[in-house]
Amino acid sequence: MAEIIKCATRDAYGKALATLGNERDDILVLDADLAAATKTGVFKKAHPDKFIDCGIAEGNMMGIAAGLATTGYTVFASSFAMFSAGRAYEQVRNSIAYPALNVKIGATHAGISVGEDGASHQCCEDIALMRVIPNMVIINPADDIEAQQAVFAAVEHDGPVYMRFGRLAVPRINSEDYKFELGKGVTLRDGKDVTIVATGLMVNEALIAADSLKEEGIDARVINIHTIKPIDKEILIKAAKETGAIVTAEEHSVIGGLGGAVTEVLCENYPVPVVKLGVYDTFGKSGPAVELLKIFGLDAENIAKKAKEALALKK
Amino acid sequence: MEVTKKEQLKKIACKVRMGVIEGTFNAKSGHPGGSLSISDLITYLYFSEMNVDPSNPQWEDRDRFVLSKGHTAPALYAVLAEKGFFSKDLIKTLRKPDSILQGHPSMRYTPGVDMSTGSLGQGISVAVGMALSGKLRNKDYRVYTILGDGEIEEGQVWEAAMFAGNKKLDNLVAVVDFNNLQIDGTLDEVNSPCPIDEKFASFGWNVICIDAHCFDQIEEAFQAARACKDKPTCIVAKSVKGKGVSFMENQCNWHGSAPNAEQYAQAMDELNKALAELEA
Repeated sequence: MAEIIKCATRDAYGKALATLGNERDDILVLDADLAAATKTGVFKKAHPDKFIDCGIAEGNMMGIAAGLATTGYTVFASSFAMFSAGRAYEQVRNSIAYPALNVKIGATHAGISVGEDGASHQCCEDIALMRVIPNMVIINPADDIEAQQAVFAAVEHDGPVYMRFGRLAVPRINSEDYKFELGKGVTLRDGKDVTIVATGLMVNEALIAADSLKEEGIDARVINIHTIKPIDKEILIKAAKETGAIVTAEEHSVIGGLGGAVTEVLCENYPVPVVKLGVYDTFGKSGPAVELLKIFGLDAENIAKKAKEALALKK
Repeated sequence: MEVTKKEQLKKIACKVRMGVIEGTFNAKSGHPGGSLSISDLITYLYFSEMNVDPSNPQWEDRDRFVLSKGHTAPALYAVLAEKGFFSKDLIKTLRKPDSILQGHPSMRYTPGVDMSTGSLGQGISVAVGMALSGKLRNKDYRVYTILGDGEIEEGQVWEAAMFAGNKKLDNLVAVVDFNNLQIDGTLDEVNSPCPIDEKFASFGWNVICIDAHCFDQIEEAFQAARACKDKPTCIVAKSVKGKGVSFMENQCNWHGSAPNAEQYAQAMDELNKALAELEA
């Protein structure tokens, strides 16, 4: 068996930025005193004249990013998910999304897997917050390969993009020659009994769950939804028609995130039972990331359990 | 300032005030008070200070203007129409469906509007970003923003002020429309940001205090801002809310309400008389 490579998506973000800095002269990267943690520090080291530290003032950083973008720059603005989507929410809405400016928000340290820092920093609401803003594109990559490609895709997209990255090193599931397509879900495993729709670090867990379900004679399809907005309606409706039951899996609140988006699509187009796995309307807490993911049920074992619940709901 | 230039600016400012009244009357809503208080400042900006081209609103080397106190869009629209960015006939469509003149400025709707604003405190950060871009690319353009005195109660203004001071953005001018009135009362009655001049100075800004309705002082201030190196300039412009329409002057309640037909007639009569006097 091949060795499993583990890498945090935030590391891939930093590397991708540094590469972009070599290729384009319209790139600027902004941070709010978290460059070492968000990994924009990698870009800063390679391109110090294209990096601007705005200090601990995320709202102002988003406004500065907007102003730079009006003059033709493609601007990456980074902080933790909590402060990018939370603290600076209204600046993102009014100064970036409403005028549809070319600002890419690199939000790291999303979700429970922040770990020991605890609830104040474990943002499990950012996808919901960003999803309701018109003009916003949301990408939540599953591994480092996808994260890097997502950055390159974001820069090609004309308009605001919210990219969600994690702190925790996660297993690489995509090959080096993986081709990222904005807005297109990826069927990683075909199956006919039930579909697991996952995003972010839950995609790898979904693959493990599919393996264990197979041993029990359940044929599970696995779909990776890396672009949460605009969501790939086609792949979801097809899965609903062909498998008749859906499980969603995300390291985010079950309210308004991937589960919310999937149920919205299916309720209006092809209703089938959907069981949502995510953070159940609660705050996180301190602890080692991997342990926390288990405590919050964000693992393969629980996905398999939810898949069986979904199957049972099938008529 | 030359007498002829001053007379010319006064006439344009009077027409801008008429545009404010025309727009808010037809919209049956809007913010005439603060629009009238900035009419002289914004007239000076577009007719003397700023390098803009109405036939090419997106010209990349133009000077930029951000109306951070976005609710006073009627003054911005009136001055843009006077300047020729779009037809003056459109002023009557303010705030109506299908109009290019939204209730608050939108760069995607209106030629000549450099930034969408309306949520107080945000415009100055964007102006800072524009000024920073000019520095990064060695461009000569300058960036101007007008803030309300109530608006600077927003914390974001001071985040932006700190950054601009630290980055020595001497291509940036922030004007504070100091009319001493906000929606719920006077600055003191609500939550006064005074002393405004000392606050900006302590954030590393060059500060100039003027009368917002005196073109000589306005000109001197903007010239001093150009001459100042390594510091952004804040012009604290003491103004009269509702300036130019007698019954609106210094009245809180004209912050966000439109004139009725009778009030419209009286306001236009006053402004027409003022214009006639200037033209005599």
